[in-house]
Amino acid sequence: MNQSATYNDRVVRQFAVMTVVWGIVGMLVGVWIAAQLIWPSMSMDIPWLSYGRLRPLHTNAVIFAFGGSALFATSYYAVQRTCHARLFADKLAAFTFWGWQTVIVGAAITLPMGLTMGREYAELIWPLAILVALVWVAYAIVFFGTIVQRKVKHIYVANWFFGAFILTVAVLHIVNNLAIPTSLTHSYPIYSGTVDAMVQWWYGHNAVGFFLTAGFLGMMYYFVPKQAGRPVYSYRLSIVHFWSLIAIYMWAGPHHLHYTALPDWVQSLGMVFSLILLAPSWGGMINGIMTLSGAWHKLRTDPILRFMIVALSFYGMSTFEGPMMSIKTVNALSHYTDWTIGHVHSGALGWVAMISIGSLYTLFPRILGLKEMYSTRLIEWHFWTSTIGTVLYIVAMWIAGVMQGLMWRTFNDDGTLTYTFIEVLKLTEPYYLLRLLGGMIFLSGMFIMAYNLYRTWQTAPSKLQAVPVIQPAHA
Amino acid sequence: MSAFWHWYVAALTLVFIAIMVWLFISTGKAKVSTGQNEAGEETTGHVWDEDLAELNNPMPRWWLWLFYISVIFALAYLVLYPGLGRFDGTLGWSSSEQYEQEMVVANESFETRFQALANEPLETLASNEEAIRVGRNLFAHNCSTCHGSDARGAKGYPNLTDNHWIWGDSTDQIWHSIYLGRQAAMPGFGAALSDQDVTRVATYVQQLAGLDVDQTMAAAGKKQYDMICSACHGPQGLGNPMLGAPNLTAGVYTYGGSLDEIRHTIREGRNGVMPAQKDLLGETRTKLVTAYILSLRPKLDTDEALSRE
Repeated sequence: MNQSATYNDRVVRQFAVMTVVWGIVGMLVGVWIAAQLIWPSMSMDIPWLSYGRLRPLHTNAVIFAFGGSALFATSYYAVQRTCHARLFADKLAAFTFWGWQTVIVGAAITLPMGLTMGREYAELIWPLAILVALVWVAYAIVFFGTIVQRKVKHIYVANWFFGAFILTVAVLHIVNNLAIPTSLTHSYPIYSGTVDAMVQWWYGHNAVGFFLTAGFLGMMYYFVPKQAGRPVYSYRLSIVHFWSLIAIYMWAGPHHLHYTALPDWVQSLGMVFSLILLAPSWGGMINGIMTLSGAWHKLRTDPILRFMIVALSFYGMSTFEGPMMSIKTVNALSHYTDWTIGHVHSGALGWVAMISIGSLYTLFPRILGLKEMYSTRLIEWHFWTSTIGTVLYIVAMWIAGVMQGLMWRTFNDDGTLTYTFIEVLKLTEPYYLLRLLGGMIFLSGMFIMAYNLYRTWQTAPSKLQAVPVIQPAHA
Repeated sequence: MSAFWHWYVAALTLVFIAIMVWLFISTGKAKVSTGQNEAGEETTGHVWDEDLAELNNPMPRWWLWLFYISVIFALAYLVLYPGLGRFDGTLGWSSSEQYEQEMVVANESFETRFQALANEPLETLASNEEAIRVGRNLFAHNCSTCHGSDARGAKGYPNLTDNHWIWGDSTDQIWHSIYLGRQAAMPGFGAALSDQDVTRVATYVQQLAGLDVDQTMAAAGKKQYDMICSACHGPQGLGNPMLGAPNLTAGVYTYGGSLDEIRHTIREGRNGVMPAQKDLLGETRTKLVTAYILSLRPKLDTDEALSRE
């Protein structure tokens, strides 16, 4: 068979399996540092086990290793199917896989050693940051090369989102990492002071907007209609919310720097555009959930669809919470508290992880030449552990965060603070325990997934047949 | 902000919002070429990957209104508050002004609230429970960084709970130390004394505090001490609060009493600074902190001190 007439599912399989592996690793580190916040002596005075070094390892592992691998796997799968063409440049695609894994392993070595750029969510030292840029350019060539070779005129909505995510992340990553190296492992950013902080959070918030939102919306737009067997609810809604989402996200970064040295006018713009962002964000939720209407009965029997609907619900909830937290008066209470941590995890666990998990359960049988996963019952178990884990986590952080915010701003009549830091910390401890429990329950689901995948793989044909490219329909 | 950037920011913001509103309105009105799927629903007519299609449903009206309302709010906010470049907003609000106003209000209410206490003399204030409570709060927020939350000090920062006062133990002297600050000036003698002489003097200083040391070393050190050190620390080593020269016979050291630490002090000198609280805390607060510090003095010693006076 002509090779170009088949899909390249090898790289999809590689990324999909590593998604599960890195998910377990990243969440395990998360559980570990959540426990360290309760029992600090767990680091046993070993520097590379200390919280400050493992926290960036956790965030990098879950966002870029787990989330990144999930995006690579699903975008490579979806772009081939919706373009009716084989992935462009097999070798470059293989480079993106091995390059990305090298970055992750590099991060897992350098971060515990304390080697860092010191920029949140962009900690990797400059040689690794350059490798990220190279992999990303290769990713763009593979993805857009496939788009160019498409056999259908119209570009499917999932590809708009994947495309915007790939292009913008390249720009964000490069601009934020501009630095002057002083040694192989150290460098200084070219920005300083408030400008540096603003660049960092322009990057930081758009990493949320494009990596964790646009990318996963692309995933949603392929796998939700696929799994539900329903058309996308509204084409026009897709257009409006796509363009408004990617345009408005760019303005929202300053809300991370309320009440700082950032000029008032920048803070105001960051706040109002965060509020305007609410409707465009919800556009994706509405389109996803309404796509499922007409397939509601399937929710009773299909835990994969349940993953997707709950993911969309958490997406809607956290994109409502975000604009609210960007209002300056609310931010004055919530900023620097665990509320922010809860908000991040309602997005990261509830939206990003659950839409990825749902999509992977759809994906795995298809790339292994099977009809379905080994056990639907285990998917059911995974669904409940994920949902309960996420809810416990964010409820604990809401209570802890609001309590911290209120206690920190309580003053005595002599102008001094009523509560010391340690008093507030002691009252937070039970919620840290609850958060740890939530995290452990979520992590246990990932082990269930790994087992289910292992058993599924065992039933797969030993010699996987390449899937022929489907001829486009002429409707 | 230059005029160029002012107009750049203001115009970019408003034009951008206008484009977004246009996107919502025009797409709502746009005609989409349509087809029908097997279920008879109106689609865009495109099909991908066998079964992926799009319906031509209108955008939910409530969702459009959610967007328009957020835009109206944003525009109103940008009229009222700073945001459009140099334009300050009609309310004239700024974060630094808000802070300054809040501080003025807080300070005024503080002064009114504690006026009665501020007028009391320190001697009675030191046993006034309310003054001590407030003073402790103020100490915890302003002084404990150096002197420790229990006021027992740390290396380089004197213990405030014992009865050794480098700059004098009278109420006036303690008030002066806190309100106006102190600057110690122990010069380094590393250039004037050989290493061996430094060791000898240090040994003698230890002997002054009653330590059992090498007698010949101490005797040799005494000669240097009498020439150089006694000017400030006194011939008997009893110190001089006027100069902030500590009493060397008490065995209480700000910078440590080991031979090495004393040698370091002699060789390099010490220039400890207590910052003046006059402009940092102001008079009323400093007075309450001082009351708290005075209340820490050992009770028995206070009585002794009183009987001495």
